[in-house]
Formats: sequence, C-alpha cells, structure tokens
Amino acid sequence: MSAPTPLLAMRGIGKRFGAVQANRDVDLTLLPGDILGLLGENGAGKTTLMNILFGTYSPDEGRIEIDGRPVEIHNSAAAIAHGVGMVHQHFHLVPRHTVLENLLVGRKGRRGLLDKAAAAKRLEEIGRHFQLVLDPDRLVGELTIGEQQRLEIIKALFSGARILILDEPTAALTPQEADGLFDALRAMAAEGMGVIFISHKLHEVRAITSHVMVMRLGEVVANLENAPEVSQAHLAELMCGHELTPPLKPEKQPGRPLLQLRDAATDAAGRTNLADISLEIRAGEILGIAGVSGNGQRELAEVVAGMLPLSAGSLAIDGAAVPQPSATVMQALGVGRIPEDRMGTGLITSLPLSDSMVLPRIGAAPFSRHGILDRHAIRAFVEAQIERFGIKADGPEIRAGTLSGGNLQKALLARELAWDPLVLLAAQPTRGLDVGATRFVHEQFLDLRARDRAVLLISEDLEEIFTLSDRIAVMYEGRIMGILPIAEADVRRVGLMMAGMADAA
Amino acid sequence: MDEILAQIFQIGFFAAMIRIATPLIFATIGELFAERAGVLNLGIEGIMLLSAMVGFSAAYFSGSLWFGIAAAMAAGVLSGMLMGLLTVTLGLSQHVSGIGVTLLNSGLAFFLYRLIFGQPSMPPNIVAFKPVAIPLLSEIPVIGPILFNHHALVYAAFILVPLAAFILFRTPWGLNLRTVGENPHAADGAGVNVAATRYQALMLSGALMGVAGAFLSMAQFNAFTFGVISGRGWVCIALVVFGQWSPWRAAGGALLFALIDALQLRLQANSYIDVPYQVFLMMPFVLTIVGMALVSRNARAPAALLMPFRKEER
Amino acid sequence: MIRMRLERRDSTPAWLNLALPVLAVLATLVLCSGLVAMAGANVWTAYSKLFLSALDSRSHIVETFVKAAPLIFTGLAVAVAFRAKFWNIGAEGQLLAGAMAAAFIGGREGLPAWSMAPLMIMAGGLAGGLWACVPAILKTRYKVDDVVTSLLLNFVIFYAMTALLDGPWKDPLSGYPDSPDIRMDAEFPILLERTRLHLGVLLALLAAPAVWWIMRRTSLGFAIRAVGENPVASRYAGIGTGAVIMMTALLSGALAGLAGVGEVAGLHFQVMSGISPGYGYTGIVIAMLARLNPIGVVPAALFFAVIVTGAESMSRATGVPVFLAEVIQGAALLTMLVALLFTSYRVRIARHG
Repeated sequence: MSAPTPLLAMRGIGKRFGAVQANRDVDLTLLPGDILGLLGENGAGKTTLMNILFGTYSPDEGRIEIDGRPVEIHNSAAAIAHGVGMVHQHFHLVPRHTVLENLLVGRKGRRGLLDKAAAAKRLEEIGRHFQLVLDPDRLVGELTIGEQQRLEIIKALFSGARILILDEPTAALTPQEADGLFDALRAMAAEGMGVIFISHKLHEVRAITSHVMVMRLGEVVANLENAPEVSQAHLAELMCGHELTPPLKPEKQPGRPLLQLRDAATDAAGRTNLADISLEIRAGEILGIAGVSGNGQRELAEVVAGMLPLSAGSLAIDGAAVPQPSATVMQALGVGRIPEDRMGTGLITSLPLSDSMVLPRIGAAPFSRHGILDRHAIRAFVEAQIERFGIKADGPEIRAGTLSGGNLQKALLARELAWDPLVLLAAQPTRGLDVGATRFVHEQFLDLRARDRAVLLISEDLEEIFTLSDRIAVMYEGRIMGILPIAEADVRRVGLMMAGMADAA
Repeated sequence: MDEILAQIFQIGFFAAMIRIATPLIFATIGELFAERAGVLNLGIEGIMLLSAMVGFSAAYFSGSLWFGIAAAMAAGVLSGMLMGLLTVTLGLSQHVSGIGVTLLNSGLAFFLYRLIFGQPSMPPNIVAFKPVAIPLLSEIPVIGPILFNHHALVYAAFILVPLAAFILFRTPWGLNLRTVGENPHAADGAGVNVAATRYQALMLSGALMGVAGAFLSMAQFNAFTFGVISGRGWVCIALVVFGQWSPWRAAGGALLFALIDALQLRLQANSYIDVPYQVFLMMPFVLTIVGMALVSRNARAPAALLMPFRKEER
Repeated sequence: MIRMRLERRDSTPAWLNLALPVLAVLATLVLCSGLVAMAGANVWTAYSKLFLSALDSRSHIVETFVKAAPLIFTGLAVAVAFRAKFWNIGAEGQLLAGAMAAAFIGGREGLPAWSMAPLMIMAGGLAGGLWACVPAILKTRYKVDDVVTSLLLNFVIFYAMTALLDGPWKDPLSGYPDSPDIRMDAEFPILLERTRLHLGVLLALLAAPAVWWIMRRTSLGFAIRAVGENPVASRYAGIGTGAVIMMTALLSGALAGLAGVGEVAGLHFQVMSGISPGYGYTGIVIAMLARLNPIGVVPAALFFAVIVTGAESMSRATGVPVFLAEVIQGAALLTMLVALLFTSYRVRIARHG
C-alpha cells in the first residue's frame, strides 16, 4: 500500500526580511490525523513559516501542496478557502463585537444580509461536536483569555479548516486550561484533521504531538517521531544548538526589606485591579510573580513603577513610606524599572539610541544644566554603557529601532542599572529574546541579588520564575493566592494557584 | 422677550433647520464611514469645496442639476481614492494627508472656477433645486411644512441615516468595514481585503461629501462662492465624535448644530438684539468645541483609527 | 509578475535629506504643469514668470523677504508643534491673536517710545501662545482631537476679530472694518532705506536658529521630540507629557503670534480682516517641506514667498489663475509627504516566477 497523500506539504520554503533570512529551504509534511509540534527558539522562523502558509507573507521561494495539489496562497482568504485555519498568538478578535459578529467577519451573507441564524446554528453544532461552547451574543471583550482562544479555534472550524495552526496557544492559559485545549485538538485529529502546534514549551509538545519538527535560525534541524525515548533535554539541545546549564544561584540570607506593599489596592477603570496585595522583597532576594497573563501582574508592575496610583494600602521603599508615588519619585528612590513592552514603553525606537538611554534623567545633571543639554556628558554616558554591556549598536546616534530585541533589552537594563537601583522591577524581561540574551539578563538579576539588591521578577515563563526566584508569589484576579519559598514550590502547585485555587498545602 | 421667541420659533425656522442640517448629515455620514473603517478623512473640507465647484459648474453648463450632483460625487470619489492612495497604500500620516488633500482640493476649486468663469462682475448662478412637496404628508399642519416640503436631497438625507445604520450593522460589508476599523489583523485573518475595504469606505465617504458640497452650491446658495463651505467640513468631523460614531446620534448632532445655526440666522435678522452678526457666526463653532470637550473623554473611537495597516511589517 | 514592496531602512543616507524637498517640489511642478497647459499658457513662460518675477530686481528680492517673514514664523510654529505631534493647525488664528495684541499695545498712548517694540513683541507672542493653549488644554485634559479644535478656533478668532473691527475697534476715520493705526513711534524701524524691509524680517531670520537651538540643545526640545515620538515611553520615564504639550503650544503659538506682530508693526500698522491670506496654512506646507527642521524653514518659506509674489505677475502676463500658488502648496505638501516615505523605506522590486 502506498503512503497516504499528505494533507499538506511545504517544499523548499525561503523567506527574507531585509538582512534576516527568516526561512531557508524549509520542508514540512502533515498527514491527516497528525499533530505536528513545531519547536524552536524565538526567531527560529516558526511563525514566519506559518504566516506563509496562511498567506500573510508571500514566500520568496518554494511551493505549497494541499491534498497533493500545488496551491498559491497569496492572502488569508485563499488560505481559508484551502482549508487552512490559524489561531494567532495575539488573538485576531474584535473586543467590541459579539461572539457571533466575530464569526461572521469575512463571510458572505444571505440575500445581502448577515446570516446570524445560520451562524448561531453552526456555532452550536461545533460546540456539541468538539466540546467548545460559547454564548453567541456575549461581547468578546468580556470573555476570559481561555474563552477568547476557544473562539479563535471555533472561528477556524467555522470556516471549514482541515489544517489548524496554533501559535503558542498555551502562553496565556493555566496548565489545567491547556489540558482542555489538548482534548479538543485530539478530537480534531481523530477526525482526520491536521494540527500544527507551535510552542517552545517542551513538556506540552511531548504531551500532545505525534511528530516534532525543530527549527533553528530559519532552518529545519530535526524531524522526529514523538517516541518515548525522545527526551526533553534532547529537544532542548536541538532547539538552541548547545547544552543548557542552569545559572549558578548561591545560597543567600536575605537582608532588610527594600520594597513593601501592604494591603495595596487600585481602582482604575477597565483594568484588572489589585486587591489586598501584601508583599515584601528583601535585600539579596528575587521575588517571582507567576500568573496567567491579565491577572493583575501588569497593574502590580505599574504600581511599583509609579505609573498607577494606589486606592488603598501603602507602598514603602527601603522602609520609608512613599505617600505620592510617581515615575519621578520612584526613580529618585532607587527603583529601576524594566517595563513589559520594551519597544513601546521602554525606549523610543524612532530616535537615536542615546536619547532613550538618557530619557529618564534628561532634566538634571549630569545630562543638562539650567535646561541646557550637556552633549558631552550624554555621549560619554551612552558610550560607556554600550561598552559595559556589550550592546551591539553602531554608536550612540543609531536609531534605537534598528537594534535587535536582545540589544534593546541590554540598553534598557544598562539605563536602569547605571544608577545602581535598590530595587529592580523587571516585567517579562526575556520575552522574545534568544538564549544568549536571556542568559545575559538572568546573570544581571543574579548579580543584583549577590549585591544585596531586590528584584521583582514578573514573568509568564514559569521556567524563568523557577530558575531565578527565591520566593514565588502567584497572582489571580488581582490578588495574591499565596507566596511559596522556592523549596516548597512545584509546577503543579503553582499551576493550581494560577487557576485561582487556594493553596491546599 | 416672548415676542422675540414667537418671532424665532416659527414653522419657517424649523424648515430652515432641516435644510441646514442636510449637507451636514451627508458629510457627517460620509466621514463616519471612513472613520469606521479606520481612516480619519481630514480632506473633508477640501472635498466639499471642490465638489461644490464641480457640481455647480456641471449643472451650469449641462442645465441638469442631477448631472451636477453626479459630477460632484465623482469629484468626491476621486478625492477619496487620492486619500486612499496616501493613507492606505502608502500608509502615510492620516492627519497630514488629510490636510494636504484639503489644501490641494481648495486650490483646485479656486483655480478651476477662475479658469472656467473668469472674474465676472456678477457671479454666475443656476436655478437651484426646487422644493418638492410630498402629497398628503405636506398638508399635515405644522409637521407637513417643516418636514415634507423640501428639496429632493433633503429627503435623501432623511433616508441616508437609517440606510447607513442598516449597511453598517446588518450587512456583511458593514461588518467587514467595522472590523477593518477595529482590528485590521482580525479582518485580514478572516479573509477580508483590508486595503480594498478602506478604499471603498473612502470612496463612499468622498461621494457623500460630494453631495454635501453640491447641496451647498446648488440648493442652499445657488452659486459658488469661495466661502461656500467655511468650516462646515471641520464641524462634521466634530459631529462624528459628538455622535460617538453612530449614524443616528451623528445625525442628531447635525440637527442640533443646524438648530443653533438657524437660531443665529434668525437672531442676526432680529432688530431687537444689538450684537455684531459675527458673534452669531462664531457661536456654532464655539458650541461645537464645547460639545466635543463634553463627550470626547468618554469617546470610543474605532480602535484602529489613524493606524496604517502593513501586512509584512515585523 | 513584478511586485513593488516597501522595506524598512536602517538608516537614511544624508544626501536624501536635502534631495527630497527638491524632488518633491519638482514633482509638484510637473504635476501642476497640466493645469498651466489647461489654462492655455506656455508652461515655460508661466513658470519662469512664477519664479523669476520675485527675484528679477533688488526691490523684488527685498519684497520677497518681507513676504517670507510671516511665513518663516508660521512655518516655525508648525514645525515645533508637529515635533511633539501636537497637531496645531491653528497658526492662522494664533497669528491673528498676535496681530490684535500688537495693534492694541501699539495704539496705547502714554507708553515710552523705546518700549513699544519689545512690548508689542511680548504681547503678540503671549497672545498667540495663550490662544494655542486652548486646543492644547482640550487635548491633554479632555482628549479632544487637536486638529479639529485648532482649526475651529481659527474661525472663532476670525469672527471675533471682524466683530471688533466692525464695532468697538473700528477706525472712525476709515470706511472699512479696520482698526485705528498704531502710533508712529511704535512702527518697526526700516532696515534698508526706500524698501519695506522692517525689523520683523530680521527677527524672523533670527528666530529660525533660535528655535533650532531650543529643539536640539535644551532639555525642553529633547522632551518635545521624545513626547512626539513616543508619549508612553516619555511618561514612563517620568516626563510630564501634558506639561510638555503645553510648553510646545506656548512656543508654537508665540511664534505664530510673532508673525502677526511683524505684519502689524512692520507692514500694515493696523489690523484688518484680510491681514493673513492663509499664512498659517502655508506654514504647515513649509514646515513639512523643511522636514520640521527650523533651519530648513527659511528656504522653504522663501520658496513660497517667491511663488505667492510671482503668482500675481504670472497671472497678469499669462492669464493662468493666481490660485495656481494654492494648488502648488497643497500638491507640494502631498508630494513631500510621499517623498518622506523614502527616508524610512526603500522600494524593493520583487519578481515572482
């Protein structure tokens, strides 16, 4: 018997963005019933490859076959027509539309009108078939992240997808929600659909996929069956091309409390407000904040950064209460701040790098005197930082936006660490960074810890949290579910707390 | 005082209000379509001015008012396409593009008018649109003369508002358009051609602004003057904000503005009040600004307004 | 199949910065030549009239500088505001505010003669600056779109001004709605005998490097650029973005106000309803053509002064409507905007098999 016709075959795909070769000669085969795990570091070219399959980018080279027939996919409409559905990492939903309206976008109507009745019927069928139930009339902005993802999958099925691409689908889910997602995916595979599952979470890839394809620097480095003898360590090595060793974290006795929040609460409109937050970080300590995204981590970061006022409770730095926190006050008190969105909130990508580096202190000596800039001081400072942190940049005057993500983050760290902060707030500090840059960032945190500074590490990457933290606080719906010393923390326990279950132990 | 009020609030006053509101409704709904698709069309003032000139000239030479309207709409559609080229295809700043389109269109309107008509001592004029009384309805006391004895374009404006709401909220094209304005990536992911949708919205927006401009030169003033628009386009942008991007509320805002405008015309003509007439001309602008200040803080503009959409941007 | 595609550039070659405005102007002239031909004129004759009549004699050249003075000020006003992404389309109105303040001070009796010029300059700058603060406050406190408010305020102040000129401020000796003349000793000194080259022209030429210095060498200028490019990052870094917008508005409005001061104190010696034939709007085109660079504003303003002056003689000589100057302004703004695309993108041509 001959081999079955592949549902999908991509052959010799190449794609270049400016100087970056995002994909080089990539082959990919998907059979009916396959769940293919697409593994790779950030920047390995996974998302680019899938965007080519979905018609968002057009490939420079290569061809695509579906059901053995060559196809041209120049836009998403063509991809959908060929039965390709994609669930993006950042959901493509309209919060102000209802569930049903989101499903109807891009669809033909009946006699020129939106066909809501038929859509509602189809929604119900899909719900019954795959255990993916949603109320058609709810506003998408009111759904939880898990529900929004469900809607994205329903959307793909709704338009007749037989090949479903999921880009980092579990990034914002609790471990338990992720299990529910996996059940639905298995049901789809059982019906002869093909699923491509992009992730860098090895244990999930091991748990759900039938095959694994590993990419590095735009190329395929391995194609393997997901057999029991394939170890996570092996996959990790394939992904980054060398062996991983966890960074050195010596035992340390914490000192005096440098950051304290007591019964802190916020009341900003349209946000996940904090309630009853009490925590402290001592000198020489790294406190990790774990949680599913959108459970108040962003608000906590903004409070510590002085960007969001408290409606109740108190904030103290180095034992002294801060009555009127603001960006300026917090910086003056020695809080270094690494915001979550380094391109949007941290730096000004359209201006020279040096502008971003001196931005927080431009109004005072040494960078200006009586409102007049000291350009020599600015230049000397920026050059020193570029040197100290090994930032790869063509001098201080280069437009910041031309730097790679890792170098941008180095620049941001250099800017904040130059003034020797007592407390460092770091929100998602390694998101989107490659292995080397991540390593660098982690070493800086451990160095601060060694020098008796305090680090507040907010991250959605549980591995990062477990590697660096001395204690782990878990947030859920704006509250702290519990704070565990690292010795007592394990993924299952933290996962349950992330899902809002009070700690049993 | 009672005498003044009685003199102001006559049937003719309300009929005038409806007439004044008509071009505002056309232009506001036009702007609303563009903004719902994510493009702020600041070309509005110039598009209205050019259309007023084109419509007037076409009617003057053809003798057909409807041909004039069609020509004005064509000018508006072309301007919409220019706006699309700048903001959609090239992804340029919507603010600056719109101001540029306004400056260019205004210049063209003046240039072409002078080229066609020279500098006559008496400005050329046309026989403007005549009121069409709707049988039976126009005979209802009070309401009849206020609502049902107008130019055909006034009735068209009445129909336009529910029609626009219907298109936006009940048809697939309307849903796609709103999605493009809220989250172009979502629309693109669902197979909607974002650029084409924005172009369509801008062309429709230009056509409606064209009617608005033509109404002013062909129904309101029956001649083209350089001051024929004098800020009405900018007011319509404010009305879209004031109307929270809803056709109904925006039309309500247009009626409110028209009420103020009609009021100032009456007060100007009123000999009891000794205030320079410019103060009355100023009033609608001041009130528009105040109105915007009142609603803007809570305004929910389309989320992708002012954002260019480039697919391959990383 | 050949497709054109825009690709981001990492850096802009230096020669492009100078070449782009020139290219934009050339493209504009090519586009507008169609209109000239439509008017039945020889394109070459019309354009040479347009450009050369303002430069063909010493007195015409001086007159071009006089014409350029208000344009330099409004161009600077817009350049400063746009840097902060404060979309001040209200330079026209701020100019009127400055003109009125200058005429008001200039008409006061009892002030020493030596104090007149500085007082008029300060009052005009302050009036323009304060008027520009209205849309800035509406933007920062009430989140009202600044384009629309600054535009609408132009109409408000224009009608307010004409109401005054028609009523309490009308010159009793004049049949027109004009204000009374300012005191003789308040008039700006003439710098070159038997010309109209007044102090205001010199001030405009000095203002350009001064504004350049503020934008490049002071922390205010730094903050203006930072807030314009990324208000979120600026706020995060502790910069008071609202205050910076207000300072920008004051500075921008003051510059526009000075345009009005110069026109009143150096040229017309009174306020009349036609004191600005749209200098504020031309300022937008000038600022864009100068790529918001204060120094670049000077040549750009001179260019439009040439065109505005030349359009009259072109019209007389060839019959091409004088409004060609307006069309050129609009078209130049758009071509420059398109040209700017090439500073951050390059066009790549991709072939598909």
